[in-house]
Amino acid sequence: MDNYSDKASTFPDPFGLARETRGFGEVEDQNDPVLMLLRLKDVRKTARDWQSFRSGVTPGRIVVPSEVSIRQTRQIPFEMDPPEHTEYRALLESWFRRPQQPDYQIALAGLVSELIKSVVQKGTVEVVSELALRLQSQALTLLLNVPLAEAETWIGWGTHVFRSEGEALDSQKASILYDYIDQQIDKALQQPGEDLYSVLLASRAQGRTLTREEVSGVMILTFAGGRDTVINAITNSIAYLAEHPHQLERLRREPETAGKAVEELIRYFSPLTHMGRVAATDTEVCSHAVRADSRVSLCWASANRDASTFENPNEVVLDRALNPHVGFGFGHHNCLGATHARLVLKTLLTTLASRVSTMEIHEYEENNEDWGEFRRKVGFHRIQVKFNPLQQNN
Amino acid sequence: MAKITFITRENETITTEAAAGTIMELGVRQGVRGIDGDCGGVCSCATCHVHVAPEYMAIVGPPGDIESDMLELNDNVTEYSRLGCQVQITEDLDGLVLHVAR
Repeated sequence: MDNYSDKASTFPDPFGLARETRGFGEVEDQNDPVLMLLRLKDVRKTARDWQSFRSGVTPGRIVVPSEVSIRQTRQIPFEMDPPEHTEYRALLESWFRRPQQPDYQIALAGLVSELIKSVVQKGTVEVVSELALRLQSQALTLLLNVPLAEAETWIGWGTHVFRSEGEALDSQKASILYDYIDQQIDKALQQPGEDLYSVLLASRAQGRTLTREEVSGVMILTFAGGRDTVINAITNSIAYLAEHPHQLERLRREPETAGKAVEELIRYFSPLTHMGRVAATDTEVCSHAVRADSRVSLCWASANRDASTFENPNEVVLDRALNPHVGFGFGHHNCLGATHARLVLKTLLTTLASRVSTMEIHEYEENNEDWGEFRRKVGFHRIQVKFNPLQQNN
Repeated sequence: MAKITFITRENETITTEAAAGTIMELGVRQGVRGIDGDCGGVCSCATCHVHVAPEYMAIVGPPGDIESDMLELNDNVTEYSRLGCQVQITEDLDGLVLHVAR
């Protein structure tokens, strides 16, 4: 497959013209077309308006491409609307904020440090499989509070757990994850511990304990929502710093920049392109009629390049001070794993800055998504990078 | 130094002092419930939404355009709403009282 951008770290904005002229794009998907909303203000407004644009529809339908034909389990709290959503979300909020705790941060720093040490020792590695997948999986053990060894199982699934090679959805592949989660729930039922499965099985909502199906719905979301997105964010950030060594140098000199850098990299790379909603009634968005029970999508990736809010939207401005991006979504469905994801990226940036002098990209193959008229680069299928160690003075 | 008081949704009162930084940073440092500052202060997450006591609104000042856009769609926005990450602490704010928004 040919790479179409001029540099590994360039992620072009395919939506610019459509965003400015029409404000939307149209995508065909398994006979259930999607109107993609491209402007930041429309995206935010629609994300907020859960009465008109619903998430609690047939499981899999708000995902694009639709997963209706490959799963029945409702992902929780993602495929729900208020007031039901509010109760389930509140139940999960404190668990998913554990990354703010010092012991979690120390544990993650340890994992990242070991991984970076090992890639520096190897010299040249394929970043997607040898670093990003490993880091994503190992970090997830902290979020679930399960033994680090579990990560080896998840790493073994490879990067294509939910899709087979190519674009098609693959129900057989997805069942690997569902079967695994089923087994883990059985284990937690027999021997409750302090892991997320056990905590959920003991939790209450709607005046009763969560059902097995509900626990499964939360776990599937946790695995699926934070896999490709985190892997791409890690890989793309490394590509960026490899091609902008002065920015790595800057993170070394001014480590306090790392927080803003994470937000800016998330804005620029927008790991999740878009997310759907289903119109509750005949309505209108961006002066375009939307029929009841048809799909729209909130295109985070396009909104994050909207020049009416972002100056120089197609440039990475690592210390961008005002950065109201929607890379983690917007409104009450915003990313539950964002605290964890932010910490993973921030720890990666500071560890690279303290251990690596420069990185050189050897060869790579882009991962491009096709959405109707739009071809969007989201990351890499593979990218070979050489990590040059920082020579310590002492 | 400015003395600043946060009143949480649970009606807990936290009074503290600061000379610099933002209201969000101060709230996070003091562990004020409801001030999370998830995005670190770049005006992206609105997890530092406060209502300024009316008598201080003239001193704190109105939100900027980008901040207004963020607040506009919030269910709990009032004319006294600000995002703490966009309010710099100065001595002029001495005595300021802030209610953490829902």
